[in-house]
Amino acid sequence: MPGALAPLAPLLLVAATAALVILLDLLPPRERKGHLAVVALVGVVAALFAALLLWGREGRAFGGMLLLDNFAVFLDVVICYATALVLLLSMDYLRRNGMETGEYYILVLLATLGMMLMAQAADLIVIFLALELMSLSLYVLAGLFRGRLTSAESSMKYFLLGAFATGFFVYGIALIYGATGTTALDRIAAASGGLQRDPMLLIGFGLLLVGFGFKISSVPFHMWVPDVYEGAPTSVTALIATGSKAAGFAALLRVLFSTFKVAQPDWALLLWVVAVLTMTLGNVIAIAQSNLKRMLAYSSIAHVGYMLVGVVAGGALGAGSVLFYLLVYTFTTVGAFGSILLLERGRREAVELDDYAGLATRHPVLALTLALFLLSLVGMPPTAGFTGKFYLFGAAVRSGYIWLAIIAVLNSALAAYYYLRVVVYMYMREPEGLPTQPAPSFAGRLALGVALWGVFQLGLMPAPVLDLAQAAVAPLLR
Amino acid sequence: MNPPILSAVTFLPVLGAVILALLPRRRAALVRWFAFLVAAATFAVSLLLYTGFDAASADYQFPERLPWMPSFGISYHLGIDGISLLLVLLTTFLSPLALLSSWRAVEDRVKEFSITMLLLETGMLGVFVSLDLFLFYIFWEAMLIPMYLIIGIWGGPARIYAAIKFILYTLTGSVLMLVAILALYFQHGAATGTYTFDLPVLARYVVPGGAQVWLFLAFAVAFAIKVPMFPFHTWLPDAHVEAPTAGSVILAGVLLKMGTYGFLRFCLPLFPQASLAFAPWIFLLSLVGIVYGAWVCMVQPDLKKLVAYSSVSHLGFVVLGLFTLTPQGIVGGIIQMVNHGLSTGALFLMVGILYERRHTRLIADFGGLWKAIPAFSVLFMIVSLSSLGLPGLNGFVGEFLILVGAFAWASGQSAAPAAYLVPVLATSGIVFAAVYLLWMYQRVCFGEITSEANRGLADLTGREWAVLLPVLLFIVWIGVYPRPFTGMTEASVQALITQVQSKVAAAPGGR
Repeated sequence: MPGALAPLAPLLLVAATAALVILLDLLPPRERKGHLAVVALVGVVAALFAALLLWGREGRAFGGMLLLDNFAVFLDVVICYATALVLLLSMDYLRRNGMETGEYYILVLLATLGMMLMAQAADLIVIFLALELMSLSLYVLAGLFRGRLTSAESSMKYFLLGAFATGFFVYGIALIYGATGTTALDRIAAASGGLQRDPMLLIGFGLLLVGFGFKISSVPFHMWVPDVYEGAPTSVTALIATGSKAAGFAALLRVLFSTFKVAQPDWALLLWVVAVLTMTLGNVIAIAQSNLKRMLAYSSIAHVGYMLVGVVAGGALGAGSVLFYLLVYTFTTVGAFGSILLLERGRREAVELDDYAGLATRHPVLALTLALFLLSLVGMPPTAGFTGKFYLFGAAVRSGYIWLAIIAVLNSALAAYYYLRVVVYMYMREPEGLPTQPAPSFAGRLALGVALWGVFQLGLMPAPVLDLAQAAVAPLLR
Repeated sequence: MNPPILSAVTFLPVLGAVILALLPRRRAALVRWFAFLVAAATFAVSLLLYTGFDAASADYQFPERLPWMPSFGISYHLGIDGISLLLVLLTTFLSPLALLSSWRAVEDRVKEFSITMLLLETGMLGVFVSLDLFLFYIFWEAMLIPMYLIIGIWGGPARIYAAIKFILYTLTGSVLMLVAILALYFQHGAATGTYTFDLPVLARYVVPGGAQVWLFLAFAVAFAIKVPMFPFHTWLPDAHVEAPTAGSVILAGVLLKMGTYGFLRFCLPLFPQASLAFAPWIFLLSLVGIVYGAWVCMVQPDLKKLVAYSSVSHLGFVVLGLFTLTPQGIVGGIIQMVNHGLSTGALFLMVGILYERRHTRLIADFGGLWKAIPAFSVLFMIVSLSSLGLPGLNGFVGEFLILVGAFAWASGQSAAPAAYLVPVLATSGIVFAAVYLLWMYQRVCFGEITSEANRGLADLTGREWAVLLPVLLFIVWIGVYPRPFTGMTEASVQALITQVQSKVAAAPGGR
């Protein structure tokens, strides 16, 4: 029995940690919950190492509903990194906002469990359950600051639109089941070979894409992103932006490349259009934002567009570069949101551009850190953002999608404008009014340090990780 | 393996910047001296490149090669030939002078300024010594950020606008080049089975005709923006005028050369047929740049803007020389890159010296400086004459060779009489240069002292002499005896021309 459960070790560790945190939450002290964060962190880091130890192993469990392969391992690692960094950022942030509750850590762990389940799912029903586990936890987390109107609005919008999208997703599963008689990913692949033009299968597949499109926030299912990102507690925003997106891409890639391989020319064409619309719309609207969280929300939409470029390109290079970029994007985005989260002006979070005027004079280290994360988002060498984009667009060029690559690079040049505007405020303007102060938080600084290390490690020495990413997608492309 | 001199030269400034970051912010003098000494030490080390350089060989020298991302065929490959040697030396030469010149002009955040300048130096050197397209692109892009910060933080009143315009312009050009680099990489890989970003390997490959045109255009636009060639020049006056003096010196002295260097190092050997096919258009744009730049100079009321637009005109000459594909034209182009770096760099330094004293750059605010500050006026005259190409000073050597090359090109064309228009029109640029520079000099230095504020001006200080004299030394040296400089480039230039011609001849059907 223990051997049979070995492929699930990372999942079980997170689940057990969640259960442990629920128990510990009942015990005193009632006021301080910092120790729960430490427990959660230890559990997530243990899951991360467990996943790394499972590299190269393959296995299935629960009658083939869950599986473990290198692809799942890679995404588990990405998700665990995201969660661990978010937990570090959360500790002092929650206390500062008077919202340090045990539920927060429990929900973060459950959401993480859902994300990792999505990476390890081998059946549409499991993907659906995982999606729900992740989403429901995140809906609640988004509304955690219940005293704030924006937080409640964020939670409500996320919930309503998310529920709607999940409805499409379930309907898609039902139609696919009707067409093929199964919900197991590999058996759908086998059954769909002869049914290429079956309308029921195609509609079902299209509805699945709607559900995924919502979770990864691609155009035209991106409407919820700005309000949710802006209103949610910043640590939760970071988790939604990184972990849930990685999970969405995990399931999407698995479905596209292994289950619906026969339809690749069709969905590649569709996603070509979606990719162009997603990055262009994200970047263009981001230019008009003066709220940093909203700006990063639109920028995250644009980055989904870049990742879709890799999906369209396909092959080991294309899919591998998507995985690589997910890791890069996780470090960079958590870093950027983390820097915002650490700063406050007066009694509120520093989210407006004006709050950043002259920051470099007063707090040079933090300003430099944020600037480096922004440069990585721009895609400037020698940061990870550059190597990530290099591989993505390289894959597109290799597969002959030259125009897609050209549109993508022009988009990144356009994006430089709004990222660098923050640098302009920090470095080239004088501070006015109340000073913007960084909150004293060792854990937060540690998180930024780890993220910064990731940004430079993947920027200067990307080859080993990229090789792993390419090896990770091999099981999908068989 | 030989000692890694190129790596040492390239990364010494970064090392200095790291140490500088640890120095106390308050000790501005210490910070300034340290940054200057690091840059000076880099220059000293780079002299080893000159003494160790074998001028008879056209090979890449001081090679260094380490695998970096082997699965992608990316390596850390450095090396220089006669084309890059002088530009490396120009960079290491101008950097300490630019730092020294900023001692009074930059009072705010001295430490950050020095660190940024040193990082910029590494970026520039990296561009000139990289022999791997990936590595080259990294340096090419990474260098934008320090320059952006220098303009945006330490620049003039409209610095933010200028900085953003600078970076968006150059970024747009370079991302297109990135796609072209990738396309070249995969095309070469598919055709030969070797996937590599290594320049010497790629240069042996003949890109098929249609693809070559597109790849050439993508590279050429990136370089044309950097040079900048008409009509991509509009970022330059803003960037130059707003940048602090040290930034302008580096911008004009080195950054613009990256565009011309790119044409020479990448466009010609990688895409020879397309280069030849587009040469008439390049000539047209160069001529427009030469003449238009000169005309705009004539009506500039602002000294710094005048010098900035003169770069458009002078760089037009350089590009013209390179695309003649004659030994004289290319050697002249390379020498003229160095000359422009020295002359225009010196002009910016001297305008900066005036600005520090008077806080104005309007020509109308000056007049009769000869009486007030004679030493300055003498040096200013020498530099202006060098810029307009007076025989005996450096500018003449480069422009002369370029025009010889242009005439040689024209005589080889079938439409000979029309082709002679190119050198003839280019020559007119020299006349216009004489007009705008001498007229400017006359209004600034001759006549009576028109403004009382100019009467009490202080003449050059010891530090300013120290900044200007080395530049003047080379201005005269290259003008009188250019052999030590041209001699370094000839073998490489000849090899380049042979390579281009053999590739054109080998291409199926030619163009």
